[in-house]
Amino acid sequence: MATEPATEQVLQGPAAWEEEAGREHVHGLGPWRLGLRRLRRNKVALLFGLLFILLVAACAAAPVWADKVAHTTPDANHLSDTITVDGESKNVVGLDGVPIGPQWFKADGKFFLGADRNGRDIMVRLLYGGRNSLVIGITAAFMTTLLSIILGTVAGYFRGSSDAVIRALLDVMWSFPVIILGTALGVALALGGLKIGPIHISGDSLVITILIIGLVYVPYMARPVRGQVLSLREKEFVEAAKAQGAGPIRIMFTEVLPNLASTILVFFTLLIANAVLLEAALSFLGAGVRPPTPSWGTMIDEGVDRIATAPHLAIVPGAMLVLTVLSLNVFGDGVRDALDPRAKVRLEH
Amino acid sequence: MGRFIVRRLIQMTFVLFAVSIMTFLIFNVIPNGDPAERMAGRQPREAQIEAIRKEWGFDDNIFVQYFTTMKKVFTGDLVSYFTQLPVGEEIVKGLPRTLSLAIGAAILWMFVAICFGLYSAVKAGKFADRFLTIIALIGISMPVFWIGALMNHYLGYKLGWFPNGGYVEFTEDPIDWAYHLILPWTALAILFIGFYSRVLRSNVLDTINEDFVRTARAKGLGERQIMIRHVLRNSMIPIVTLWGLDFGAVVGGGAILTETVFDLQGVGQYAAEAVGQLDVPPVLATTMFAAFFIVLLNAIVDILYAYLDPRIRLQ
Repeated sequence: MATEPATEQVLQGPAAWEEEAGREHVHGLGPWRLGLRRLRRNKVALLFGLLFILLVAACAAAPVWADKVAHTTPDANHLSDTITVDGESKNVVGLDGVPIGPQWFKADGKFFLGADRNGRDIMVRLLYGGRNSLVIGITAAFMTTLLSIILGTVAGYFRGSSDAVIRALLDVMWSFPVIILGTALGVALALGGLKIGPIHISGDSLVITILIIGLVYVPYMARPVRGQVLSLREKEFVEAAKAQGAGPIRIMFTEVLPNLASTILVFFTLLIANAVLLEAALSFLGAGVRPPTPSWGTMIDEGVDRIATAPHLAIVPGAMLVLTVLSLNVFGDGVRDALDPRAKVRLEH
Repeated sequence: MGRFIVRRLIQMTFVLFAVSIMTFLIFNVIPNGDPAERMAGRQPREAQIEAIRKEWGFDDNIFVQYFTTMKKVFTGDLVSYFTQLPVGEEIVKGLPRTLSLAIGAAILWMFVAICFGLYSAVKAGKFADRFLTIIALIGISMPVFWIGALMNHYLGYKLGWFPNGGYVEFTEDPIDWAYHLILPWTALAILFIGFYSRVLRSNVLDTINEDFVRTARAKGLGERQIMIRHVLRNSMIPIVTLWGLDFGAVVGGGAILTETVFDLQGVGQYAAEAVGQLDVPPVLATTMFAAFFIVLLNAIVDILYAYLDPRIRLQ
């Protein structure tokens, strides 16, 4: 009988598992890696993510277009100016008050997308307005996310009286129609501005709009976050951390929040989309950004009033808005499918 | 069950009470100018302002002001600061318009979403599914006042297929009523069609793999019967819940933009105009009205759920 070679010696315990694992090349991937891999396969979502980045970049480069191509500013009126198109001289705003439509490159990039009733360059206003709309959307979404995480985790983790108070507060806000609450706050704050201690914010500042939008969406995110924390706190790993002597703050940062990360990320993208839409709605009702400051909302509002004579005034900013919101929605959807295919995240208006 | 309903109703009253306080505070604590000064018109005399202040009770303690205003909400004596018209009457006048818009749109979006969602799920992964998904996403990305204005301009004004705004009473002429509301219904429904068809699609895909569907197939039932009687029925439960909640939200504020852009003169438009003028009584009343619908539909859905699922009652 031949003796067994040493290499084929049967290992037992962890060493055996390692051996087996090595042989079959099994290596585990974290949820983030897996998510990234799934997202990379979703070409449509990536394409729209790229589109969003391009739109942001274009809006960020607004001064360049204004300075180098259009040679004007977003607020400069060209009411009585004329431009040369194909060697012909044309009024920027006709004698009947109808502004010119899109000129593309026929006037060397001036009035690329036409002019509005004051003879302002639509393309320049569109880019500057996009800057305002996106700044409002992103900052407001950030604010909502931060507030929701704080309220949701405190309510869900500590339960008891803090939960009761926070939940009652969220319930009341939830019962307010988003648009009525936003408009009421917008109109009220626009008149007197806002005074918090030494800080005074003037009524026509974008900060007011950001604060309002950031506030009204809080219940829509804080409620699901609270629900998740409520179930997470019962999990074994939280119990293990507690047994190790970790305090509530530490458990929140090391155990609870990392598990919320994918939900938060998905909510954040969808929140930007909804915040941009709400900015437009509030501006349409006269409670958002104040004209003449450009934003997509104020531009649509001005355009809708003149849709009969100059439809491009409404179509152009609206199309830009739809494109931005769509790109965020498609990308956010892809991220959600990649990170948590079974999640049902939904934002309402 | 009875206790659950009572508890839910008490909760509802509390929320409505809190909403009324919040609305009142927003307009009285936040610095937005004295209503008496605004009511007195341009270049008022001090005595005039003083008189208005006294007449309307603006110099009272804020608690007293709140209670007198709330008393008027319930007795129906509330009067607008600016138009001096009774608020109750205005809301009653606008209610049929808002309800016409909301009910029609709700039926439309539910019907279309079921067709889209079901078809999308049956063709999952194929071209038709992807196409419908993109359409749905475009739908939820459009501001309703923008698409509404474009529809009104192109379909109503340019092509003349539909009336360009306006409203006809249902009792006057039901066909003309519907004809005038087609565009507003569509504009309002687009957003919800997007949401619902996607939710339904994922529900159908979940249900399709259930055992009872396999059993139905094994029994030899036709595909159409399986899809409608087994799959669709079971996928509808979460959708119907959403439907209830969203209907409440639309009546209570979601219709503001649609009403404004089509000039339907409903409660939402009344609210928007009142907010724009900082006219506290109508704002308070319409907000209470809106919150009432939202809370009511929430309660109905909860109670229905508790009825269907006894476990919820104990929570």
